[in-house]
Amino acid sequence: MAFFRQVWGGDGQIIKISQLTKDYGSIQAVAGLDLEIDRGEIFGLLGPNGAGKTTTFRMLTMLTKPSGGSASINGYGVTGDLLKVKKVIGVVPQHMNLDQELTARENLELHGRLHKMPGEQRRQRIDELLAYVELAGRAHDLAGKFSGGMKRRLMIARALMHRPGILFLDEPTAGLDPQARRNIWDLIRRMNSEGMTVLLTTHYIEEAEALCHRVGIMDHGRLIALGTPAELKKKVGEVVVEALNHGDNEYRFFAGREQALQYAGSSANNVVIREANLEDVFVELTGRKVGD
Amino acid sequence: MVVLRRNFGKFFSSRLVGPLLYLVAFGWGLGRNIQINGGNYLEFIVPGIIALGAMNTSFNAVGVNLNISRLYYKTMDEYLIAPISAAAFVSGKVLAGSVRGLIDALVILALAFLFGARLAVNGWFLLVVLLTCLVFSGLGVVAAMVVNSHEDMANFSTFVILPMSFLCGTFFLPDSLPKVFGLIINVLPLTHASYLLRAIASGHGIIPLSLAVLAGYALLLFAAGVATVRTVR
Repeated sequence: MAFFRQVWGGDGQIIKISQLTKDYGSIQAVAGLDLEIDRGEIFGLLGPNGAGKTTTFRMLTMLTKPSGGSASINGYGVTGDLLKVKKVIGVVPQHMNLDQELTARENLELHGRLHKMPGEQRRQRIDELLAYVELAGRAHDLAGKFSGGMKRRLMIARALMHRPGILFLDEPTAGLDPQARRNIWDLIRRMNSEGMTVLLTTHYIEEAEALCHRVGIMDHGRLIALGTPAELKKKVGEVVVEALNHGDNEYRFFAGREQALQYAGSSANNVVIREANLEDVFVELTGRKVGD
Repeated sequence: MVVLRRNFGKFFSSRLVGPLLYLVAFGWGLGRNIQINGGNYLEFIVPGIIALGAMNTSFNAVGVNLNISRLYYKTMDEYLIAPISAAAFVSGKVLAGSVRGLIDALVILALAFLFGARLAVNGWFLLVVLLTCLVFSGLGVVAAMVVNSHEDMANFSTFVILPMSFLCGTFFLPDSLPKVFGLIINVLPLTHASYLLRAIASGHGIIPLSLAVLAGYALLLFAAGVATVRTVR
């Protein structure tokens, strides 16, 4: 049994974003974003806080109105008939916005009712999903009493209630411990292997590398790089020589180990030779670290 | 939309217990004072307190809750993401607030009878209470959408709700106030609510103009609520 009904058949891009812009006064949070997301992939928007990831996320999930440009999800524009698009997307916001005073089951129940699911179908789906996110034993506990990881899993279950064709996750593992984070990653991979397209935002380098098929790196409201993690790393050079210079480290990128070793041998400073990661890509493209 | 309304009624019923207990305590304390003041004043003041209670409970139930839900818990996002119209959302919130306001009014009414107030309560009386609840639940939605912090929400209550509590014919008739005050007070919805309730309770029947003003406010604030929910994105 396919757990996720394939809502939309066909090939090609599930999301098309063209010149999407959001201005807040004189500040441009998103500055003319062009991006296409393929069906069935896990796509990650990576960037530092304030890069415009969440604003992009909110525009795609219709919580924020774009100032300009357009975006469509499976052909439906996000500025047109919103009710139609809302029916077919699942959204897991960054903020824990479960109703703390309701039980796990009631939170899902409420979501099902908001989507006008008939009673029997609703009950069945809730049982399925609670088992799927491994919360079946906690169905009647208040959501407010759950740990961070459990809340996040419940939010994912909630977003899946109405059988969406694409799942949006905003910083899905922010604030979680390593164990809980791995659980969420496993869950996302499992959903994806069963046919779900996933778009997530993250400021964790390792999350983007470990989880995403393709990554778009954002900075100052713009997309500054796009590709698979391997492609992006290849672009800057797969091996890094980091010259330690009292906190003001210098980075040199090389296509292979031998050139890297040669350079390292000629360096007067202490050096570290390692494989490149997406953080290096970001540093190389912007001259800053992701945290700066 | 019906589903949403039913849903709200069901889920919020658990939360009604708190304000109910609070109001019982409040009503008893207040009731004792009224008895000292004598019977006539009791019958004068009860319709005013009912209007006041309906206003406060409805406004706070919707305004404060929704403001926190929008800005702090972000639970409002769940409704904004759901495929429901702004009108359905506002209906649900306004009805939920009105249910609380009505229960509040009924508790005060019951207490008033226990203290021996003789009031003529009929369908019109309940209709006016309901309208009052609708007006101030609607105002609650608008305030929750427009006001951008919890502190300012408290300020809104202090500047808008609190003056109305005292001035709008609740505890005394505004006739003795300077004329300018009288004019302003006559524009405010709570004045019409307390006049109407008092007239009906004392057996004088309804005041059509006041009823129209209340209904007008209810419709206007509902529409304003829908408009503000639409533009909050």
